[in-house]
Amino acid sequence: MIATPLLPPRVVVYEGAGATPLPSGDRAGIFASLLDRGYAVTRAGTGAADQLAGGAMIVIGCFPEGPPAVADASGQCEVAVRDVTGLSVGETIAVVEEARGTRRMNRPPDAAAAANGPVANTVDTWKPWFPVIDTARCTNCMQCLSFCLFDVYGVAGDQTLRVENPSNCKVNCPACSRVCPEVAIMFPKYHAGPIDGGPVADADVHREKMKVDISALLGGDIYAKLRERSADAKSRFSKERSADQALAERRRCLTKLADAAQIPREVLDALPSPEEIQRRVEAAAARAAAAKEAASGGSA
Amino acid sequence: MSESNTPNTTPTAVAADAVRILYCRCAYAQVVPPAVKDAVLAGLADAGRGFEMVPDLCEMAARRDPHLAELARGTGPLRIAACWPRAVQGLFVLADAPLPQQGVEILNMRTDTAETVLAGMLAAPEGSAS
Ligand code: SF4
Ligand code: SF4
Repeated sequence: MIATPLLPPRVVVYEGAGATPLPSGDRAGIFASLLDRGYAVTRAGTGAADQLAGGAMIVIGCFPEGPPAVADASGQCEVAVRDVTGLSVGETIAVVEEARGTRRMNRPPDAAAAANGPVANTVDTWKPWFPVIDTARCTNCMQCLSFCLFDVYGVAGDQTLRVENPSNCKVNCPACSRVCPEVAIMFPKYHAGPIDGGPVADADVHREKMKVDISALLGGDIYAKLRERSADAKSRFSKERSADQALAERRRCLTKLADAAQIPREVLDALPSPEEIQRRVEAAAARAAAAKEAASGGSA
Repeated sequence: MSESNTPNTTPTAVAADAVRILYCRCAYAQVVPPAVKDAVLAGLADAGRGFEMVPDLCEMAARRDPHLAELARGTGPLRIAACWPRAVQGLFVLADAPLPQQGVEILNMRTDTAETVLAGMLAAPEGSAS
């Protein structure tokens, strides 16, 4: 699961009674800079915020009579108030960062760092990449659950499919969307439709069925094929001395498969041992079968 | 929330019966054209009303952030500037906060112009006199 222990602080930009508005030339820049650093932001007027979700809140504004003392009556929310009168956009952001202190949060990649290539996927820079289900299309056939080796999918209490562990998903891998016969699996950050959530045309349904057929051609079960190839490669590797050669061989073996299913090479390189794959495939298939049986038993 | 010494300084997004506005920055990926998301944000910032902004709805949904449930069950129409409506609806389901069937409008910054999105976000609510 996502290892960020706390909700990120929410920044409230207060411009109601008792405060003067932020300079209009700076307002959008302050919002954008805060969002690009991972903060949720509320632009607020006057009234009562009655639905705070715990965690921390940093209130900023231009307070001519000094920052008001604000407290959370429920005791569930830590509130810090900062006066940013006369500060530039950069200085305002620095004030918010100082108020956040040592509280950890997931952060979007720095634009300059991202321009230099992929950003390391560490605890605090997790890229939100995971399958999202179109429940209007999903028939709960559980093929995706059987396919995924990483426990991303699970079964909800009502025996329907549920994306249980989004952060287990392998970043940039849309492979499970290819096995869904209903084109019900979306990856919102994918570059093209309908996987990105765009409209599904009849032709897409046909094309996605073709993809399932491709996986059938590869051995009925794509992971069975992977296991075979890994086992072949393993027996060859054992006769080889060079780890580099072994890796090159593994890559060569998996190239066709990766291209057919659009699985990123890093994902294939990171697959567990053939024995572990076997164990996970069986566990997932058993879960899917149990869910389907429970669902049909419930309706019998 | 309460305040100890200054009246009327406790923040809120908008009055309960007004249209609620949510802007998604899509900060962890470049799938929304930067020029569109910047122009939409600037237009909302200049519109003189309260609104909510989130860095990335996808990231919040994965965390099952309780703020999404607040948004889904709040009163008044909700307008969301993000990406494809199917994806946004699925994200709220994933976060255990399904959006209501009525009163939610999702505008797509992936495909529409900033002008179209802003016009939809800031339009007067149906049935209002203005
Ligand atoms: S494969 Fe598609 S239709 Fe089947 S359970 Fe998964 S998402 Fe639903
Ligand atoms: S909901 Fe759409 S616009 Fe928002 S972060 Fe996810 S992919 Fe980006």
